[in-house]
Amino acid sequence: MAKEGQISDPKERYKSGVIPYKKMGYWEPDYEPKDTDIICCFRITPQKGVDAEEAAAAVAGESSTATWTVVWTDRLTACELYRAKAYRVDPVPNTGEGTNQDAQWFAYIAYDIDLFEAGSIANLTASIIGNVFGFKALKALRLEDMRMPTAYLKTFSGPPTGIVVERERLDKFGRPLLGATTKPKLGLSGRNYGRVVYEALKGGLDFVKDDENINSQPFMHWRDRFLYCMEAVNRAEAATGEVKGHYLNVTAATMEDMYERAEFAKELGSVIIMIDLIVGYTAIQSMAKWARRNNMILHLHRAGHGTYTRQKTHGVSFRVISKWMRMAGVDHIHAGTVVGKLEGDPNMIAGYYDTLTKTHVPQNLQNGIFFDQDWASLNKTMPVASGGIHAGQMHQLLHYLGEDVVLQFGGGTIGHPMGIQAGATANRVALEAMVKARNEGKDIMEEGPDVLNKEAKWCTPLKQALDTWKDISFNYESTDTADFIPETTASS
Amino acid sequence: MGMTNHGSQITQGTFSFLPDLTDEEIKSQIEYCLSQGWAVNVEFTDDPHPRNTYWEMWGMPMFDMKDPAAILYEVNECRKAFPKHYIRVTGFDSTQGWETPRLSFIVNRPTDEEPGYRLIRTEDQGRTIRYTIQPYVTQDKPEGERYG
Repeated sequence: MAKEGQISDPKERYKSGVIPYKKMGYWEPDYEPKDTDIICCFRITPQKGVDAEEAAAAVAGESSTATWTVVWTDRLTACELYRAKAYRVDPVPNTGEGTNQDAQWFAYIAYDIDLFEAGSIANLTASIIGNVFGFKALKALRLEDMRMPTAYLKTFSGPPTGIVVERERLDKFGRPLLGATTKPKLGLSGRNYGRVVYEALKGGLDFVKDDENINSQPFMHWRDRFLYCMEAVNRAEAATGEVKGHYLNVTAATMEDMYERAEFAKELGSVIIMIDLIVGYTAIQSMAKWARRNNMILHLHRAGHGTYTRQKTHGVSFRVISKWMRMAGVDHIHAGTVVGKLEGDPNMIAGYYDTLTKTHVPQNLQNGIFFDQDWASLNKTMPVASGGIHAGQMHQLLHYLGEDVVLQFGGGTIGHPMGIQAGATANRVALEAMVKARNEGKDIMEEGPDVLNKEAKWCTPLKQALDTWKDISFNYESTDTADFIPETTASS
Repeated sequence: MGMTNHGSQITQGTFSFLPDLTDEEIKSQIEYCLSQGWAVNVEFTDDPHPRNTYWEMWGMPMFDMKDPAAILYEVNECRKAFPKHYIRVTGFDSTQGWETPRLSFIVNRPTDEEPGYRLIRTEDQGRTIRYTIQPYVTQDKPEGERYG
């Protein structure tokens, strides 16, 4: 069958020289993706004079088999199969003529599963976001979403622990978990650091956490931190009768260092370790493998993601990062708070949370989800909400983020006027009261503040927390929102 | 002097930081479990170790019991039989992807003065310490005799 655009005569097609990507076979508008195909939705901003279909074909070409000129060696391969196929471009609403933005398109591209190595995020991303993001024919390029076929997902181990087993292991059900990041994040000695951990855990938090940039600096050697933190964790367990944890950050310069630190954490009986996104996809997969082998919960801080996830026109959406990280195998990942100090449109964040925690995620354009995604029984990753949140927002947090989330109140615990234990207690009382109210059928968005005020009558720490932070909110416009007009783009 | 944390009590379970739930409040949480399609069960123990997973079952999970009042009745029967034990109510979700407890809260405590836990440290090489936690009540008293 002659395909639109593609040159069908092989002699013409493989004549030396440069021909448009569309004519090379990277644009196939009548292509129907196979169940085993990996599908990407890119947002493309072509240079002036480059049409959308050619730009989409170029992205397909550059992220699969193409180079800038025709090569005869294609004919030694099953090149029709290996070529990625751009098969659909939709104009992005409110861009292009008559608006103050360059014309943008959502381009859909299908990749055959044999283009990728089994179980390797490094290999997957080397193609999908490899050279193509620097491609001159495009002003900007953003990877919005990916549909992972079951066949490919089954080659990944996924989160070593997952939400279900994490809860069973910690014996904590029915409510979000509570955490805090030790502050100040830099400068405390090991001994002082452990004090913060002990107070917060005894006061009622489930976890305390190292910050992303706490590794092994002059003011605190990592072994010292681990030893003092585990003293704090065990003291707090004895003081409360609950399982407690501290995310020991094992991020380091080399895999050898990371393994050494992780082994020490295990030896000390920690239930959880932590790494940062900046260690790279391969290191993350290695640590996931280590965590699976050692019954360890693996927490991931998304340090660095804002450099490529935040701007709408260029980079990689955080929902894609969420997907890759669930495949790579992390048990926790920071995924936004809606109400806190960091970027986050409520609909976008709902999309990330669904991607991390659901077994099946249906297409939902309002939440930025472009494809139905079945997770093929991979474990669930627990989202973590961290950054500028406090007890007075508990009803909003539970409403927007649900039950399967770690709520991290760093300043909102440690900054309490009566001390860290009181701060932790305020958060825990507020949380349990809100879950109880929700279960009783109360409309917490409406009645939440009343629920908190009622508990504050008997719980002084909560009253003080509410008084201290009552008017604090971070209302800035989000930069990353869904571009979606229900009547024009909802069909597929 | 007993425990020094919030409420001077062990804080396992979903609602341990709140005042003890009334029967009406317990019923309300049972109703929530039933509305989610979860099976409710009642368990008791006098070993409060945080890693004591298998509390004794007060009969089987009530898979077919849809009346919250009848489940509350079972809670109270268990309380009558084991007033000197911890008792918890758990909602169990059998749907794929969960197959685990979804809510679990304490509804009975054996005493107002919970003695808490002994923390045993064993020093090891390189400043490493091995920690063991033991409920004081399980030290030398067998099951059933721990809270008088």
